[in-house]
Amino acid sequence: MSEPVRYIERIGQLYQSLGYPAYRWAVGESPPPWTAVTKPLSECRLMLIASGGIYLAGQVAFHYKDDTSYRAIPTDAPMATLRATHFAYDTANARRDLNCIFPLETLRRLVAEGFLGELTAHAYTFMGGIYSTRRVSTELAPALVARAREEKADLALLVPA
Amino acid sequence: MGLIARQIEAVGIATLCMTSALDITRAVNPPRAAFLDYPLGQTAGKVGEPALQRAIMAEALQGFATLKEPGSVKMLPFKWDDSEDWKRSAFTTDTRLARLDTPQYQCAEDRALAEAASPDGCAICVGPAQPPAN
Repeated sequence: MSEPVRYIERIGQLYQSLGYPAYRWAVGESPPPWTAVTKPLSECRLMLIASGGIYLAGQVAFHYKDDTSYRAIPTDAPMATLRATHFAYDTANARRDLNCIFPLETLRRLVAEGFLGELTAHAYTFMGGIYSTRRVSTELAPALVARAREEKADLALLVPA
Repeated sequence: MGLIARQIEAVGIATLCMTSALDITRAVNPPRAAFLDYPLGQTAGKVGEPALQRAIMAEALQGFATLKEPGSVKMLPFKWDDSEDWKRSAFTTDTRLARLDTPQYQCAEDRALAEAASPDGCAICVGPAQPPAN
């Protein structure tokens, strides 16, 4: 297998060539926290969190600029009622098959097989591409922590677009 | 994503970040990650290939059981194609859309539905309620 794409370097070069200011990537300075998984997957309740700008028809859609809000998507929602809009990635594939960035059907299948215990009542989505890491840390992340606790999630799976 | 994962992990809920950008994920250093060496925008598998999507997800989820060190990244055993030509052109042009600060709907019907359901409008556009003046 060839080397993974070095996105930080490549995006830095692209932005420089376009005269944009350098992007400041989020850096985790300290070692990450750790919670041991003590139950088998088949007994765990999992919460899906995705950043692809997904909303349910009837919900207010996301902004393309520094939107730190989130949407609760019932995990029994038909895939045909879900939408994807985003400024940063090509949504054509997502609109053909949302599972490629919001793997709700995939997870439902693994629950049906008994591989995974269950899903929380809702999955949570947001826009991503929020430039302010401070606002992610002080607004969006604490809100999702609260939802994960309310929904009694054992595990959280985070899927970026 | 990694910043959010860190906060969730810190309250006692184990997290795993799927990713197709290994260097960005390593920089933010989330508790657990699973790396899929695909073009961006298909982090959970190829469009219209449910069997492959299932295989990728099952491999990724196993990371909850097998990753034992904070900051571990599981390398998922899938590749996009044999040539890997996509890696040469990834992110060499800026295809991003304008960063508009109003709700961006996939279709006009969705806007009509949402506006009917939320007559006060988008909570972000309206802004937080102001405290009453004394």
